[in-house]
Amino acid sequence: MSDPKQESKFEVNKTYAEINARIKAGEAVVVTADEMTDIVRQEGPVEAARRVDVVTTGTFSTMCSSGVFLNFGQTNPTIKAQKVWINKVSAYAGIAAIDIYLGATEPAEHDPLNQVYPGDFRYGGGHVIEDLVAGKAVFLEAKAYPTDCYANTKCKKEITLAEMPYALLCNPRNAYQNYNCAVNLSDKIVYTYMGTLKPNCRNANYCSAGQLSPLLNDPLYRTIGIGTRIFLGGGVGYVTFRGTQHNPGAPRGDNGVPTRPAGTLMVQGDLKKMSADWLRGVSLRGYGTSLAVGLGIPIPILNEDMARFTGVSDEEIFTHVVDYGHDYTNGIARHYGKVSYAQLKSGEIEVAGQKVPTAPLSSLPGARKIAETLKGWIQSGKFHLGEPVDNLPSADFSFNPEK
Amino acid sequence: MTKIYFLRYPKETSSQPVIYHLIQRYEVEFNILKADIRPQRDGIMVVELKGQKEKVTDSLDYLKSLGVQAERLAGKVHRDENKCYQCGACTGICPVAALYIQRPGMEVIFDPEKCTACGLCVPVCPVRSMEISFDPMSDTTALA
Ligand code: SF4
Ligand code: SF4
Repeated sequence: MSDPKQESKFEVNKTYAEINARIKAGEAVVVTADEMTDIVRQEGPVEAARRVDVVTTGTFSTMCSSGVFLNFGQTNPTIKAQKVWINKVSAYAGIAAIDIYLGATEPAEHDPLNQVYPGDFRYGGGHVIEDLVAGKAVFLEAKAYPTDCYANTKCKKEITLAEMPYALLCNPRNAYQNYNCAVNLSDKIVYTYMGTLKPNCRNANYCSAGQLSPLLNDPLYRTIGIGTRIFLGGGVGYVTFRGTQHNPGAPRGDNGVPTRPAGTLMVQGDLKKMSADWLRGVSLRGYGTSLAVGLGIPIPILNEDMARFTGVSDEEIFTHVVDYGHDYTNGIARHYGKVSYAQLKSGEIEVAGQKVPTAPLSSLPGARKIAETLKGWIQSGKFHLGEPVDNLPSADFSFNPEK
Repeated sequence: MTKIYFLRYPKETSSQPVIYHLIQRYEVEFNILKADIRPQRDGIMVVELKGQKEKVTDSLDYLKSLGVQAERLAGKVHRDENKCYQCGACTGICPVAALYIQRPGMEVIFDPEKCTACGLCVPVCPVRSMEISFDPMSDTTALA
């Protein structure tokens, strides 16, 4: 990070080290992204940046591209597992002898899937993760071919998370920065990862915490980077890389906030320290299973730009209305208008002159609780900020000086 | 109208294509909520019958003629507050706004008074926190 004593284009200049020292001394001023919106509105970004050290964010919703690396402990004789199932859900075992990866969207073996349409998808990888974190015993089965050093060919055992030598939540794509608002313009009901959509545009679903959402408060990834310490699943985790499909080049508004799905994060953390309150197995009708993840990121207010970014309100965050009845599955890049999160949260939007009721898929009460929890952790000095060792790919941006 | 019935089949009827005939002859929509039918045993089924009133009555008469006992049930929906994580997915589906969002906090409220026990929210809730249960109705209304 640049030395604040050097020439700076900012009026306020703070470093991670200074903010962490204030956290340690119990003097840091920490507010949630909701509170910051009001503070910036009243005091302006420069004053807000002087006064506030950290803004906490949160989001709690279904996040596909989540999963766990597990080491399930050796058997006697030893085994080099080739196929592994936990509670009949298949895990990937082609990593090492007893290292596996279990993904959230893997359905249980013999699930009827969508043969009985729309499928219920009662149990899958996401549910295994929830059961593990909840401390429940799970049933693990492994098959293997014998080798001279690993003679065992099968293993069946009940096991709990506590009994596993190692468990890492490792989500290759979480915390999507903005997402589509989904409608269905076809004449039949569709069951999607964006929920159940009635025909002829009779409901609209959206899935973002809006002004509380982590990446919408740091739209250019100026502070969220590799090494950022975060709230993850009720425990502590880290941003470890850009997520899959990370797209900083998405169109952005004057405030730098993307109006389309844009950045994503790869995150990981010790599963054993997490809680089933914030990792929930979900069944999305007609689509499959997944995991609802609670995730929160603290944003250091290093300068007035960061104050402006975190001061963003739902009125200034926009997304597009996309048809999931026909366009999405056929890869047609078309939209039916731009709507703000303030409109979406009001419960009704207008699509092609028609009033359409909206429903969130992302838990706002959950997001708020995460931001509050993280704020409490920082205020009590038990959580300090991680300074990124590298930034995520971003886009060129500067605030228009006229504004 | 939509009504929920508990059906008990004598074992001779269990294998007959009863449902097929119901749909064909009486034009009622037939939604099986629960079923336990095994060969050579009495079968039981909880079904939702949807259609014009006379057609539903006719179809019940038809069932009775086959020796099927039909008992009207009252559905009751309840939310497991420990499971619900306030995502809001159900609010777009509930036809009578018994599940609704309270602004500005965006909490998802369930109002059992407004709920008609239609059951639509049950499969839509990602964590299955909405549960439907069935209780027999009083004798006089049982075969209404
Ligand atoms: S059962 Fe029907 S009326 Fe009752 S809450 Fe669910 S969707 Fe609404
Ligand atoms: S869909 Fe289920 S979890 Fe989500 S708010 Fe409704 S009842 Fe709660």
